[in-house]
Amino acid sequence: MPEGHVLEFTAVTKRFGPVAAVDGLTARVEPGVVTGFLGPNGAGKTTSLRILLGLVRATSGRATIGGKTYADLPHPLQTVGAALEASSFHPGRTAANHLRVYARAAGISDARVDEVLGLVGLAGVAGRKVGGFSLGMRQRLGLAYTLLGDPGVLVLDEPANGLDPEGIKWLRGFLRQLAQEGRTVLVSSHMLAEVQQTVSSLLIISNGRLVYEGDMAGLTQPDDYATIVDAPDRAALAAALDAQGIPYEQLRTGFTVREADPARLGAIAASAGIALSNLQRRGPALEEVFLDLVNGTRVHTSVAGAAPAPTDATVGGPSEVTEAAADPAGTAAAAPAPDGATPADHAPDSTAAPDGTPAAEPAPASASAPDSAPAPDPTSTREPAPTDAEEEQR
Amino acid sequence: MSLVRATRSELTKQFTTSIWWVLAIVLFLYVGTSAAGIAGAFAALASGSLPADATNGPVIPAETLPPFVYSIATAVGYVFPLLIGSLVVTGEFRHKTLTPTFLATPRRGVALSGKVVAGVVMGLLYAAIAIIAAVGAGAALLAVFGIDTRLGDSATWALMGRMVIALVLWVLIGIGVGTLIRNQVAAVVGLLAFTQFVEPILRTIGAVAEGIAPITKYLPGAASDALVGASIYSSLGAAGAGGSTLEWWVGGLLLLGYAAVFLLLGWLFSWRRDVS
Repeated sequence: MPEGHVLEFTAVTKRFGPVAAVDGLTARVEPGVVTGFLGPNGAGKTTSLRILLGLVRATSGRATIGGKTYADLPHPLQTVGAALEASSFHPGRTAANHLRVYARAAGISDARVDEVLGLVGLAGVAGRKVGGFSLGMRQRLGLAYTLLGDPGVLVLDEPANGLDPEGIKWLRGFLRQLAQEGRTVLVSSHMLAEVQQTVSSLLIISNGRLVYEGDMAGLTQPDDYATIVDAPDRAALAAALDAQGIPYEQLRTGFTVREADPARLGAIAASAGIALSNLQRRGPALEEVFLDLVNGTRVHTSVAGAAPAPTDATVGGPSEVTEAAADPAGTAAAAPAPDGATPADHAPDSTAAPDGTPAAEPAPASASAPDSAPAPDPTSTREPAPTDAEEEQR
Repeated sequence: MSLVRATRSELTKQFTTSIWWVLAIVLFLYVGTSAAGIAGAFAALASGSLPADATNGPVIPAETLPPFVYSIATAVGYVFPLLIGSLVVTGEFRHKTLTPTFLATPRRGVALSGKVVAGVVMGLLYAAIAIIAAVGAGAALLAVFGIDTRLGDSATWALMGRMVIALVLWVLIGIGVGTLIRNQVAAVVGLLAFTQFVEPILRTIGAVAEGIAPITKYLPGAASDALVGASIYSSLGAAGAGGSTLEWWVGGLLLLGYAAVFLLLGWLFSWRRDVS
């Protein structure tokens, strides 16, 4: 089994004239997990990866693979497999010959070429010219190239581009499997939603600077969460909350309570004899957290603080975070809503979000549905972030 | 050995697309028909089958006719290895395959050396095709007119050896130019324009105008002809401006110099650049 290596960026800076495409990037990518390398277009992801792979020379700083620069690797393709763009092919060459060219350069047998074509599902078109390939097939061929040397490190730049949903599902499983085998897997993307189900570790960069380094759960913080509570008799519910001195905001969909957890609110309602129509723990939209990090609205301790303790954010309320992040079956919406009104209630919210982010995927959570899955399933009830959008609608 | 692997990779690149055999076939037909046509015409004149006053051009004596005909392989065919050489590099830029190439062979010097060694192999292959075409068609036509083909002469074989060297060097010049001029269309058009129009015109003028002859003999095509030692220009044009060609070995070194200079410039200003 090939061994994974630690990838290390140390104060990597790349200037193109006066513009710094990468600005003092220091980060570490560990083996055994899939690490997402995220940032908007132009953030410096591709340049960083090209510096790591020795294709672009850093203005200053150093990027290494297991302590060595790419050019110093004795067997580069057997150590690192990298796919950077979906168009690095001579259109007149067949898929198998394309791979043979590089297999020869790395001293890899032709048998391995057939093997990797099978692995990525291209065995049937091995003899066809790449010029006739769809974007998805080219992505798969690019992936086959990365696997040629059975490397311990995989570096993939936007690998999901052009893949159909089936291909994306296949890619996710494939990457997770590679990571489980102990390999280092670094996958770049400009969309958090695209990778949030696959990655367990994250690097987020913006304008060439690192804005987040840590795991998925650490991305959100305990006070990002709120409880939504609603009852057919809102006046009674409001009175009960007032009586307990619990601050709340009233929205069209119910009350947002920041401090109290769902169990306590349920108990208050029960003792006041109020039938609830909704009781739900809700996290922030990860995509919005991502955007806030990227545009600087939110500064994470993993890069802002002197002490590099990316998981500290979760220590204060580990149970809340794991619960909140765990709802693959979409039970959050169903569980507290015996009258079935919740989905209908929420549907208009997501479509009517005034900031035009209907695809925002928060972490809807239920206190009753803890699970170990690291990320929410996008098929569960979609809701926008609880604060800004709904306040404007009030 | 990473250079051996890089060379094998480059040769695999060459033989897995169709351009190499398309150019090989065109080279064979072009050189073959040129050699046959020229051999036929001049053999008819030299042997007296065609009266000498049927033309106002020069008559080449039967003894010097065979090398003249055989050297068509370089005089006409040199542009093919030159193009192949430029495509070896510009194809990588055009199809963005430099990324996987440098990932597989991260040391740029090794990658370029692999191309040079593979270029030598391609040069040998094209030299074989060009010489077979020129000597095959030319000798056949000479024999038809009863002129000694001189295929038994060691001088003829030495000529062929010098042609092989010339054609290999042309591939290397092509690689150098292709490294320097990354745009494939610009490189190919530039090479065709220079070799097919600019240099022939300069050399034709040089053959009649005393003033620029000392300069034109240093042009790459002239250096190639000097190395080979027989060609249309040296047999016809330059014969008038006697003594204006270089020694064969000087021509060879000059041609090698052109290849080295272009490769060096390409290495310095293009090959080591960032790949993005």
